[in-house]
Amino acid sequence: MKITFPYMGTSHIAFKYLIESLGHQAIVPPKPSKRTLSLGTQHSPEFACLPFKLLMGNYLEAIEQGAELIITSGGIGPCRAGYYGVLHQKLLEDMGYPTRMLVFESPFRYPLDFFKKVKAVLAPNKIGWLEFLGHYKRAWRKLQILDEVEAATYDLRPFEVHKGETTKIFNHCLTLIDDAAARDEMEQVREESLVLLRGIALDRSRKPLKIGIIGEIYVVLEPFANFDLQVTLGEMGVITQRTIYLAGWAKENSSWDGEKEVKEAAKPYLKEMIGGHGINSVGDTVHYARRGFHGVVQLAPFTCIPEIVAKGILNKVSQDMAIPVMTVFLDEQTGKAGVQTRLEAFVDLLAQKRERMEEMAI
Amino acid sequence: MKLRIGIPRSLAYFVFFPFWKTFFRSLDMEVVISPATSKGVLDSGVKEAVADACVPIKLFHGHVLELKEQVDYIFLPRLVSINKEDTVTFCPKFLGLPDLIRATLPNLPPLIDEKVDLQKGPWEIYRLCVRIGRVLGKSPWASLLACRKGRAAQQQYEKIIWQLKVTPAEALQMVEKYQVLPPAAEEEYQLSFAVLGFPYTINDRFISVDMVKKLRQLGVRVLTAEMVPRQNLLAQARKLPKNLFWHFSNQVMRAAMYFMDEKVDGIIHVTAFGCGPDAMVNKMIELEAKARGKIPFMNITIDEHTGEAGVLTRLEAFVDMLKLRRGMI
Repeated sequence: MKITFPYMGTSHIAFKYLIESLGHQAIVPPKPSKRTLSLGTQHSPEFACLPFKLLMGNYLEAIEQGAELIITSGGIGPCRAGYYGVLHQKLLEDMGYPTRMLVFESPFRYPLDFFKKVKAVLAPNKIGWLEFLGHYKRAWRKLQILDEVEAATYDLRPFEVHKGETTKIFNHCLTLIDDAAARDEMEQVREESLVLLRGIALDRSRKPLKIGIIGEIYVVLEPFANFDLQVTLGEMGVITQRTIYLAGWAKENSSWDGEKEVKEAAKPYLKEMIGGHGINSVGDTVHYARRGFHGVVQLAPFTCIPEIVAKGILNKVSQDMAIPVMTVFLDEQTGKAGVQTRLEAFVDLLAQKRERMEEMAI
Repeated sequence: MKLRIGIPRSLAYFVFFPFWKTFFRSLDMEVVISPATSKGVLDSGVKEAVADACVPIKLFHGHVLELKEQVDYIFLPRLVSINKEDTVTFCPKFLGLPDLIRATLPNLPPLIDEKVDLQKGPWEIYRLCVRIGRVLGKSPWASLLACRKGRAAQQQYEKIIWQLKVTPAEALQMVEKYQVLPPAAEEEYQLSFAVLGFPYTINDRFISVDMVKKLRQLGVRVLTAEMVPRQNLLAQARKLPKNLFWHFSNQVMRAAMYFMDEKVDGIIHVTAFGCGPDAMVNKMIELEAKARGKIPFMNITIDEHTGEAGVLTRLEAFVDMLKLRRGMI
């Protein structure tokens, strides 16, 4: 069967690996582009959020390449993403495509449903559960390695002597990880990638600012949606960190009592889970402030409900903890130059603030 | 002196007010409602609220500000669930509302922000009332009695709506004044429309630019989701592959399908600009109407800049087109 899935950051490498090891043909949707966005926007509700529109575009482009089945995740709300599957399916039907969607819900909440769906994927190639578990574990490891290598680049880029070198080496690492199939090969590639990154010529005399990245998971993870924010900031000489990585998210959200720490940190400001990454945005900002970060950038799709609530509350957090927060709402109308200008201004202000603080300290 | 409890005339007010009013009065409290929405209330809300919020949330800020100087407590429960349906809750803005209000509006009187999570079981409503009573220094026994009275008032209110087929705003008026207004003469209506949307947009005469009245003047019988008995809505729920996550959106979606079955002449979906849940619901209704053939469907988006003339023109055009199609003109 030809199977596709949503494209998000670097995760397609792991998904492709899993689908291929289950004996199916993986149709990796083209990297999101202007075309993806305009296709998606054309066929989505006007006020659907950017991730919905980009996924719609993803699916349509994958269908052009012959995808027969779309695998995606569900959810229990109240973020809209949990209902994407239903509406995408209805829209595709309305456009006359026979493509089916397989929406995976939390295995803890609906175990039977989960097993049935996994079985539907395994059955055509007669793959046993034990074999599946092995493939799944390896794909999971791949996802973790991808995240680890990506996270490492954000600490290095602000120090690089030759602008763009980190990105070049990171892309090379991605091909290496993509090619690794066996478990020990993966570990080798992981080591190799980290060695390659360590080999980048660095200027350690610089004193980069530190900015925490928070917001809605898709626009945080997918560089096309956020205009390559973390790379842009890195090349401006800023260390960025984020707590949202796909492997981490999947783990937190399929366990019974995930994200305890974040909830605890957010508690003085927000006492209820509000879906999406709303509570993370508040909790993480508190954490970043405590750890001495210079600022926080919140990324959110236009009309994203949880992030709007978070934004309202963040004003207060920002005041109380003296940490500047800039919110960037993204939609199909947002331009790269506009975001870039705002980032430059924000970074300038943070640098000035730091200087003032240092003078005062002397 | 009696304690004064402030209830903003917005959001959940249109759905649960009779319950809370009776509850607080039985506890010997004075209930103060913010005045009906006006330009001033809206403007003060827009000024304070987070810019990206939808107009009902901005308006809510305005109503809270109206109450700020007048009351001892502001009643602002955190609505999490009000029935046992799986995965059904409220829009994230409702879930985070007390926190949002606290972060945005400084120096408010204490908020009563107890969590309404009736999914926990049939006794939760009583536990909730006892918790609220305790905040106000009342004995559990008094709270329980007040809760029972409140439930009776709420039932009566809901009965008025679906028996007399009036909108919640009209039913609230009747409850306030203890009188039943005469129903409008049936023969005046040539068409019936389902006007669907959140109770707090449709029933707020200012923010909906009095759409209900305008439609009636055009000879249209207005039907809303509240006029459908609960079990009929639940029956529609089974036709959907998955519940929507937002209580009010579920009501809208199910009512839309119910009224399509009932063969109404047209469906108008009233949404607020930038409303997250509505983006999904609107498309779902549109696709449903399309799949069933010729069901006229119109979407009206309102925000803080909505003008009366613009909405009236669209309503007139919609009504005219339908009358033309039915050969009435």
